[in-house]
Amino acid sequence: MSTLQNSAPTTGTARPPNRSYLRQKLARPAILYLIVLTQIPVVFTLIYSFSNWNLLRPDRTRFVAFQNFVDFFTNPDMPVIIRNTLVFSLSIVMFSLIFGMMLALLLNRQFRGRGIARTLLITPFLIMPTVSAVMWKNMLFNPAFGLISSFLVSVGGPRIDWINTYPMFSIIVIVTWEWTPFMMLILLAGLQSLSQEYIEAAQIDGAGPIEIFLYIIVPHLRRYIEIGVLLEVLFVLNIFGEIFVTTTGGPAIDTTTLTFDIYKEAFLRWNIGRSSAYGVFAVILANIVTIVFLRITRSGTQQNKEAA
Amino acid sequence: MTSRKLGGHFLSVMTVVIAIVVFFPILWMVLTSFKTEADAFVYPPLVVFQPTLENYNIALAQSGYFRQLANTLAITGFSTAVALLLGVPAAYTLAFHPTKRSNFTLMWIMSTRMLPPVGVIVPLYVIFQNLDLFDTHFGMILLYTAMNLPLVIWMMHSFLSDIPYEILEASQIDGVTLIQEFRYIIVPLALPGLMATILLCFIFTWNEFFLAFNLTITKAAPLSVFIASFKTSEGLFWAKMSAAATITALPVVIAGWVSQNSLVRGLTAGAVK
Repeated sequence: MSTLQNSAPTTGTARPPNRSYLRQKLARPAILYLIVLTQIPVVFTLIYSFSNWNLLRPDRTRFVAFQNFVDFFTNPDMPVIIRNTLVFSLSIVMFSLIFGMMLALLLNRQFRGRGIARTLLITPFLIMPTVSAVMWKNMLFNPAFGLISSFLVSVGGPRIDWINTYPMFSIIVIVTWEWTPFMMLILLAGLQSLSQEYIEAAQIDGAGPIEIFLYIIVPHLRRYIEIGVLLEVLFVLNIFGEIFVTTTGGPAIDTTTLTFDIYKEAFLRWNIGRSSAYGVFAVILANIVTIVFLRITRSGTQQNKEAA
Repeated sequence: MTSRKLGGHFLSVMTVVIAIVVFFPILWMVLTSFKTEADAFVYPPLVVFQPTLENYNIALAQSGYFRQLANTLAITGFSTAVALLLGVPAAYTLAFHPTKRSNFTLMWIMSTRMLPPVGVIVPLYVIFQNLDLFDTHFGMILLYTAMNLPLVIWMMHSFLSDIPYEILEASQIDGVTLIQEFRYIIVPLALPGLMATILLCFIFTWNEFFLAFNLTITKAAPLSVFIASFKTSEGLFWAKMSAAATITALPVVIAGWVSQNSLVRGLTAGAVK
């Protein structure tokens, strides 16, 4: 009876139709809000991208068709920017995956102080990114007074100006420190959903720790790794504050990622047209990653439903 | 057997040691905030020192800190509240009255969250300038609501889906109004999820920098923008910088510690529980 009413609520007599109607339409304000605030700006970005609008010379604005998109590929800086973006996001995701996996495995055991260890380990993720950036830049990486230099010098090592000598590496260190907890938490959730019996059975069969890790833990964690990697790629591609605070994209363009270049194009050169065109590429890139992410999560929920 | 036990103890101690090393920069920042500027630069770092609250006095007395704190609180609070008002009912419909399109709608909502801010910052800047929303609280609340809304819908959808529909159905047959249904059934049953959602919105909004930096100057600038000003040589006043940074970061750290069990669910849009 109840399922019948569910599938055909308009014909049901137990519930007044107008009340059901309201209950079915509550998503509309939110959807409308999101369309206005997120989709309309994207349409504007697309429109601007076909113009040479520069806020410094607004009188010369005209339609330039695909010129800005052609610029993207002919811009001599672009290969460097793309390389920076790849090095930046891939190394951060890789390092945080490795460290996050190690920490998740260490935390997936019962011991005294486990709760405190986990709480301490997630904290870098919670610290405001600009706070992390000014702290690392001034107090850890500073060549004269920074803790890392002071320590190295006190043990007879060199005094290194980290941010100026190894700018990309320095930023990767900061962001990896911030994002490892994210990966750790996702992998830990995955490990906790793995039944201990499988591991014990494998141990009885004589499997060593490496075999258990490779043939039981990693396959079980596959979906968690995919979700963690894709989400982190999406977030890391948007990183701005850490680059702005530490190097402002420099020296020259050595730490300028696509995100940071769009910012420079828009707010330092006021080149609305070109930055919009580059922004279109950023949106397309993010959408591709999002679609892959949604595919994976949806297939996951379907599997869960079938299992249940 | 004993060697295995010993190995276990070793791993536990190692975990705690790693945790302390990872946390050390934060601990050091907090300690530095209670030192004098002279003590702050002593190497090896002083662990025992005469603590002072002077830096907090200076940081808070600095022109603008309180205003930017008030801005952050207002923007975070209002945008979270509006996102809940719009998002919880939306999650209700999507969870309990799904149609053929609901799955697509949920995915589309997720994709709006994944929209890179750089992809829309230029039109937002132009629109904000033209509509007098630039450097206003109202403008930032509008944007952050849009940022929080997908998070609220996905998280609440995930939590509401745990509530058996029969409970709602029984009450609907008894003739409760929609308001009563929310007040006496949905909100009490989903309260832990609601709290986790609020804390996550709070964390993301409080820490946001990119939009705030490009769309505010002074009047509506939040603390993330204020802290970024330490990027220049001003950052050599470590003790004062640490004090300002510590109080700025503290609320989110506490919120995160409190909500750490539901953090994963929120961060992965319910894909991982």
